Amino acid sequence: MRNKYSVFSLIKNALSYHENWQRAWKDPSPKKEYDAVIVGGGGHGLATAYYLAKKHNMNNIAVVEKGWIGGGNTGRNTTIIRSNYLWDASAGLYDHALKIWEGLSQELNYNVMFSQRGVMNLAHNLQDVRDLKRRTHANRLNGIDAVYLSTEEVKKFCPIINTSPDIRYPVLGGTLQRRAGTARHDAVAWGYARGADAMGVDIIQNCEVKGIKRNGDSVEGIETTKGFIKTKKVGVVAAGHSSVIANMAGLRLPLESKPLQALVSEPVKPIIDTVVMSNAVHAYVSQSDKGELVIGAGTDDYVSYTQKGSHQIVEGTLNAILELYPIFSRMRMLRQWGGIVDICPDASPILSKTSIKGLYFNCGWGTGGFKATPGSGDLFAHTIANDEPHKLNAAFNLNRFVSGDLVDEHGAAAVAH
Amino acid sequence: MFLINCPYCGERDQQEFKAGGEAHIERPKQPTELSDDEWAEYLFMRKNIKGVQFERWNHAHGCRKWFNMVRDTSNDEIKAIYKMGEKPPTQ
Repeated sequence: MRNKYSVFSLIKNALSYHENWQRAWKDPSPKKEYDAVIVGGGGHGLATAYYLAKKHNMNNIAVVEKGWIGGGNTGRNTTIIRSNYLWDASAGLYDHALKIWEGLSQELNYNVMFSQRGVMNLAHNLQDVRDLKRRTHANRLNGIDAVYLSTEEVKKFCPIINTSPDIRYPVLGGTLQRRAGTARHDAVAWGYARGADAMGVDIIQNCEVKGIKRNGDSVEGIETTKGFIKTKKVGVVAAGHSSVIANMAGLRLPLESKPLQALVSEPVKPIIDTVVMSNAVHAYVSQSDKGELVIGAGTDDYVSYTQKGSHQIVEGTLNAILELYPIFSRMRMLRQWGGIVDICPDASPILSKTSIKGLYFNCGWGTGGFKATPGSGDLFAHTIANDEPHKLNAAFNLNRFVSGDLVDEHGAAAVAH
Repeated sequence: MFLINCPYCGERDQQEFKAGGEAHIERPKQPTELSDDEWAEYLFMRKNIKGVQFERWNHAHGCRKWFNMVRDTSNDEIKAIYKMGEKPPTQ
């Protein structure tokens, strides 16, 4: 039985010097057979397992992770959550996730530190202004909160932004989604892992998938570094390594995996109480609860699995940050890292069945998957359990690259792609 | 992978180059006879290999010429560089 976290459990454990906390999840060896196996123990994969157990009563399932849970892109992103996407399909998908975020800490009995501090997107030229106004209208038609701000209103909402008309890319306005914000990325993985484990899901770490066994057009199981696991349903949520798994099954995907970089500064006192993104100059920044500035840079243009990225990408982002926030000119950066993001030609994700029965893919989230974690898990669990997509992820099928019905969010969503 | 040996200009900084994606994807010879599946394959589907991959690069801020590269995407090591039209090296 799982002990509930509460103020009483905190006091009780404080009295015993925090030496008797229960394990948050077990460390099982894989069974011979499962009803379904999720490949990839990041936020999306763990959320998928959690909702399969919770909403679809599939408890004889496992999550296999080649490293440790939350050690990939879940622990590498810049934790931004928003749903102000242009197209109806995307708006439906991301706002579904945002609605789950709003009650997630209570549902999981795990503080994911969800903070609705607002996300502001800046406009730096006339086309930006037109695009952002159009997006604001589209958002409101879809019931998503969005307002357009003038330069003065931008300055009022975030006073440290340099709104001088003399800078290279002056701030001409911006949009604000107040329900948007940030969450603690590790806590999301840990909370879902704890929740899934409590319902009987086996979370198997250090277990890399080496092959997918097929019988004709159906899945029979997976070869792993911990032996063969028999299963009729495999849900692959492997982010940057999706193509690697797809190649094992003889499946082709429209993905390219590229390094995306981020960095954090030394911790300072509270200075920026919102998230500011700027598409045109490619810089976004927020402040963590520890006080570090969390800065997101761009992707490199070549395929790489190295989790590094090029220096000029970081340099370009920091140039933009310095012009927009002169107050940061003497901040020192503490850490820089890269994650491998799988990017679709239309910059929208794939949550889909495939031509192989029992093989499902949840991939292509590219540079912006973290915000969708709960919604992605919920909808992917629905797709796996029913062998049919939910209406909110029906548009994000793999067949759209054949039919031409793309969800072209590239640049249209004020995303820094 | 910070230095790239352009076959026309010699070694230059990576910043001068632009990656052009997977190499040796041939444009269909009979476009009018292609099915939707075949178009999808040509336009969108990519090998995206973790390991040795053949790709196109452009010396965008130099001679502006295109060339091919063999590169290990798991460690960014450049294995070979050859001009457009030349036969790809076999290992």
